[in-house]
Amino acid sequence: MGDWREDQELVVMEGRIKVPYRWFAGEVGTRYFESLRDERKFLGTKCGACGKVYHIPRRNCPDCFAECSEWVELGSAGTLETYTVVRRQHPQLAPLPLPYGYGVIRLDGADTGFLHLLYEFEEGGLATGMRVEAVFADEREGRILDVRYFRPTKGVS
Amino acid sequence: MGKRVAVVGVGMTKQRSSRPDVNGQELINEAVRMALDDAGMTRRDIDAVVIGNMDHFEGINYVDTWSVDGSGALMKPIMKLTTGGTTGSTVAMAAYYHVASGLFDRVLAIGWEKNSESDTTGAIITAFDPFWDRPIFAGAVAGLALEATQYMHLTGATEEDAAYVAVRDRTHALNNPYAHLHINLTIDDVLKSPYLSWPVKMGDMCPRTDGACAVVFASENAAEDSPQKPAWVLGVADRHLWAYTSDPYVNQAIENGWWFPAMEWSARELYDKVGITDPLEQIDVAELYLPYSFAGLRYMEALGFCGRGEGPALVRSGATDMGGKCPVNPSGGPLCSNAIGATGLIRVAECAWQIQGRAGDRQVPEVKVALATGFGGCFWSDILLFGAEKPEKVRG
Amino acid sequence: MEPVAIVGVGMTEMRRERKADGYADLVYEATRKALDDAGMEIAEVDNVITVSNDFFDGRTISSMAVQDACGSFDKNVSTVEGDGTFGAAYGLMRILSGSFGTTLVCVHHKGSESQMPLITNAMFDPLYERFLGIEAVSSSALQARAYMEKYGITEEQCALVSVKNHRNAFANPVAQLPLELTVEQVLASPYIADPIKLLDCCPVSDGASAVILASEERAKKLAAKPVWVKGVAYCSDAYHLGDRDLSDVRALEEAARKAYAMAGIGDPAREVDLVELYDAFTYMELMWLEGLGFCARGEGGKLTASGDTAPGGRLPVNVSGGCLSGNPVLVAGLNRVIECVLQVRGDAGERQVDGVRTAVAHGINGPCGQSHCVWVLGGEK
Repeated sequence: MGDWREDQELVVMEGRIKVPYRWFAGEVGTRYFESLRDERKFLGTKCGACGKVYHIPRRNCPDCFAECSEWVELGSAGTLETYTVVRRQHPQLAPLPLPYGYGVIRLDGADTGFLHLLYEFEEGGLATGMRVEAVFADEREGRILDVRYFRPTKGVS
Repeated sequence: MGKRVAVVGVGMTKQRSSRPDVNGQELINEAVRMALDDAGMTRRDIDAVVIGNMDHFEGINYVDTWSVDGSGALMKPIMKLTTGGTTGSTVAMAAYYHVASGLFDRVLAIGWEKNSESDTTGAIITAFDPFWDRPIFAGAVAGLALEATQYMHLTGATEEDAAYVAVRDRTHALNNPYAHLHINLTIDDVLKSPYLSWPVKMGDMCPRTDGACAVVFASENAAEDSPQKPAWVLGVADRHLWAYTSDPYVNQAIENGWWFPAMEWSARELYDKVGITDPLEQIDVAELYLPYSFAGLRYMEALGFCGRGEGPALVRSGATDMGGKCPVNPSGGPLCSNAIGATGLIRVAECAWQIQGRAGDRQVPEVKVALATGFGGCFWSDILLFGAEKPEKVRG
Repeated sequence: MEPVAIVGVGMTEMRRERKADGYADLVYEATRKALDDAGMEIAEVDNVITVSNDFFDGRTISSMAVQDACGSFDKNVSTVEGDGTFGAAYGLMRILSGSFGTTLVCVHHKGSESQMPLITNAMFDPLYERFLGIEAVSSSALQARAYMEKYGITEEQCALVSVKNHRNAFANPVAQLPLELTVEQVLASPYIADPIKLLDCCPVSDGASAVILASEERAKKLAAKPVWVKGVAYCSDAYHLGDRDLSDVRALEEAARKAYAMAGIGDPAREVDLVELYDAFTYMELMWLEGLGFCARGEGGKLTASGDTAPGGRLPVNVSGGCLSGNPVLVAGLNRVIECVLQVRGDAGERQVDGVRTAVAHGINGPCGQSHCVWVLGGEK
């Protein structure tokens, strides 16, 4: 079927699938995001069986499968478990001007890390194990970007 | 060779128009925990998980890995299957094959959807070919309307015949606490409901639903330890024939001798394997994926419950009502709850409950053989048969 | 497990942009090749598993586009969404169930038709992670750093993987990106997300592939040389990146443990002759080698630097060029299986490794190798 192809411009149809979404945070997520929005506080949930404190909050412990029955207030600073500095990014994705960082951050009081942005750091100024703190947005809407990013803590860790 | 397989645990959420109180993983978890409790198992007892939904209904890519917190698949094998409307029945079949293979003894099948989180029709439109179908004609309702007009042309079936099905299933759902729609409808109500795409009216169509279903499949040995009476898999079969929207209308032309080949061929294969020669006599209850009322007429023929063109008469005789010879959709079926990725698996769950005698107010007496179907894609068909008696041999 | 063989394999060429071929064209080409390889007609295929991803294809029910092309008409058929190794595992189960004598598994992907960062961003949770803009490269960079810092793995050691696998690709006619590189060139390539550099990354690719599995009875009747499935297992770790120790490979270790137990392998480093693993990024080859039990944790860099994983080495790894030389996602995992089949059969042409009796293939699903599938293949039943 290909013998006509050589001098033929192949048809390419540009498209975009348009499906709007609205993701429900649920009761657990709603409480978490309300707390971020209204009190600038991070909350974790604690497994009623093994006692592990999850941040991102969980309704059930993924491991022992019991209810996470208790809310735990976490610090707004924590330890950097791993990080990257992003130099190139799809323009639709980058939430901050390049270069910016991603870190897995274990907030004080949590047993798990969570992913967030890193900014306000010097080139070469990030290190695993360093202390980072949350910088909240002035206008907060109840979403993960109510925290603009984390930055290395100033002063004593 | 393959092992015998039974359903030993069932869980499902109450089907609702919207579940803003939970995210997707939490919705899944409700059904999973209920199924595990039902099977007398914990997460640790499960050897593998099979999950399905439709990506663009929630905008989640890689649902298998995303759902691990809710599904219980942490540090376990999990696999995702997605085939459109047939997803739930496809997942059930996959769980069956997982166990029948001898590789796993206890497999958790999960189907779920949160249709309220997206635009269902907007997502379904993207199922169709971007060059040929999508710009012109696509989506679920219009495609079904074409089927309905073709069927009416072939058989003389009327909108009133279809309305009978719509009322039957809505009436059945009044007995089902898990159903999304609990509404008393009359044939007149259905006929007076607004047209979506002639001859399909609002009253003929399924709703959009949020819900999850989980079913535990077990090997023969594992089933013996089950607190529930095993609902044995007698056999499964499927056909997914077409790729383009227009294919079914052209290719299943009457001159070829087939009206709904995907369903007719899968039914024929399954009945041959299991030894069903007179479905209406041998099958005690059927839970069918009827996405709209006209399907309740045509499927009777495709499934061999009656001859060509006899669907309306069969249904109007009351044979498919509760108390009839073979009640169809005692649960109310998809016309009352359609969380798409869950829907096929809910048919399986309902069959298991019917066989176990645990279907509550919608129980059909003395169910020995139950039929579940899935429908999707371009008139695709999945069929599963369940029995109260352990089959002599495996017939996958 | 009763004996099941892979009796036919087919791969399209992997290219950056196969503009002349749609999904169905690619699937038809791969299916045709697999049938020819097996010496089979489509009528002899008892059932079909297609593998695709609705996000990549921009299409709900992405399998619908290839129903004609894979020959599934009037056959039982199902679709796995995920890596091809998982689809093939389901195909295997359907034979073991006794219901089918042969399964065709086909998988397609066209990276050229969508935008990979946007699709892989959608792997992440919409409430907590997606709006941070994270995608495959930056999330993998988090894992690369966690792993490299924990074990003192160097960027030079990772660069060796890039040099080796791109060089290997010269001997593979379906590979997309044969390159003659030096470690210095890899190290000098620009950072995308530290510590991952451009030449640590797989390319964006189009391609399709297919395999045909057969029961012992059916395999006997075919002229093709069967390659036997000795063991298959898969396992998923936690989802959220912060829930996992990203430097750990416990899900892979668990999958490998099960697959080796099925295959009767006690010491993989001695008993396996060749490995094809999912090296989407260079660090992954080192990590996965450890997870697969070919060296101790943290020793992947040294193993690579020793030359053992080069084509003439003790344990050749990704002699096909790996995912670094062509990565049609989903297809790439099945291509690892296919390369093992060709090597065990002795049909790998210029890149044939001598005396491959047992080979291990590996695929991944989800962010940072959350879910792993391990295949052990052998020439003996």
